[in-house]
Amino acid sequence: MNSTPVPPSGLESQSVVSAEIAAIEQARGAAPQPALDYPPYRSSALRHPTKDPHHTDPEAIERWAPCFGERDVDPLEADLTVGGAGEPIGERMVVTGRVTDDRGRPVRRQLVEIWQANAGGRYVHKRDRHPAPLDPNFTGAGRCLTDDDGYYRFQTIKPGPYPWRNHHNAWRPAHIHFSLFGTEFAQRLVTQMYFPGDPLFALDPILQSVTDRRDREMLVAAYDHDVTTHEWATGYRWDIVLGGAHGTLMENGEGDDA
Amino acid sequence: MSTISEGAPLRTTPGQTVGPFFHYGLPYDGDRDLVPPGSAGAVRLTGLVTDGAGNGLPDALVEVWQTRPDGSVPREPGSLRRDGWTFTGFGRASTGRDGRYTFSTLEPGPTEPGAAAFFAVTVFARGLTDRLFTRAYLPDDAAALAADRLLASLPAERRSTLVARRDGQGLVFDIRLQGEGETVFLDLSGYRTRTP
Ligand SMILES: [Fe+2]
Repeated sequence: MNSTPVPPSGLESQSVVSAEIAAIEQARGAAPQPALDYPPYRSSALRHPTKDPHHTDPEAIERWAPCFGERDVDPLEADLTVGGAGEPIGERMVVTGRVTDDRGRPVRRQLVEIWQANAGGRYVHKRDRHPAPLDPNFTGAGRCLTDDDGYYRFQTIKPGPYPWRNHHNAWRPAHIHFSLFGTEFAQRLVTQMYFPGDPLFALDPILQSVTDRRDREMLVAAYDHDVTTHEWATGYRWDIVLGGAHGTLMENGEGDDA
Repeated sequence: MSTISEGAPLRTTPGQTVGPFFHYGLPYDGDRDLVPPGSAGAVRLTGLVTDGAGNGLPDALVEVWQTRPDGSVPREPGSLRRDGWTFTGFGRASTGRDGRYTFSTLEPGPTEPGAAAFFAVTVFARGLTDRLFTRAYLPDDAAALAADRLLASLPAERRSTLVARRDGQGLVFDIRLQGEGETVFLDLSGYRTRTP
């Protein structure tokens, strides 16, 4: 690595970061995902705990999750393309899928939240300095509740990839941030959904912090022509499986929040 | 139902960092006020989220999930559109420039006699590849704390990272992600010592 030239930004090169990514994947295998201590993601250096999470049995409050309902979410919040004076720029798309626990049981009537960049890869956020245009008709935040079978559905605009300063010429693959609750506290999940075939996958230390390929594949949506609609929007399918305490007391969490 | 898996658990969806740009996606009006500040029984729960160099994180997000003062588990919706009367037990607070989060809430009660009362806490931040779980125990009931299964399983110096302290307005619970006084974070992924 000593021969790698230092790029003019003063940041390390992609090849340095990619070599770290490859070495960790080989060494780590199928350990718990994602890795908390993951040096290729530079801002994890001072923020990851040095000790492994300490196992403890969930107590009573942790066997439940916060309850959300129709009073919390307006159905219009599931459509990120409305709310402006005009149509947002970009590829109109639908993303839908099923939220289940790890036994395949649907997570019913529970909150799903998303946020994302616009078609140009720009967030409506004061700290986003990427010189790509803001879209006056697109904010990029949405909420919905899953239905009785655990399905969520959003209509939005396909986000663009964007640069960041993890290393020189670092680009995030296009993604949508997802926030989910299950039926128990430990099923809480914040993650990111990616689009199939993105050439930036192998270069991205955030996706690669999931060091097992099979687990990374869980984060990639599938193009689904049955979700695509005639002369209107392309469609993607992305199912989500929540972990947690293996649903030991799950029967208590069902049917009481109608 | 035919969709329920009878065999091995399904592969679960891994977490990814919340990143730096969650501020227009996750926070909402009233997110940190489980009860109106200054209302009857309201206490402040506050603390600093700090990194391995001791610096506050200006871009962390903290969530609490808790019992009512009588120890019951809230099953009411309404956390996103608070009506000022319904106690939902859930709150969300992004940290300020100095790394401080603050909630206005009620003190949680023990779920059974002799149990130690605590806030269930989740921490998110840029630079954290996954969410972290912890507990903020109330400091008052020494017998309950001494009998608590989690606290008893920890060496004394680590135990103290999970116990909030009192100030004039309520409770203080600092969260140290790394290094000296590193908070104990929890793996709640299954039951190992008993069947509840
Ligand atoms: Fe992002």
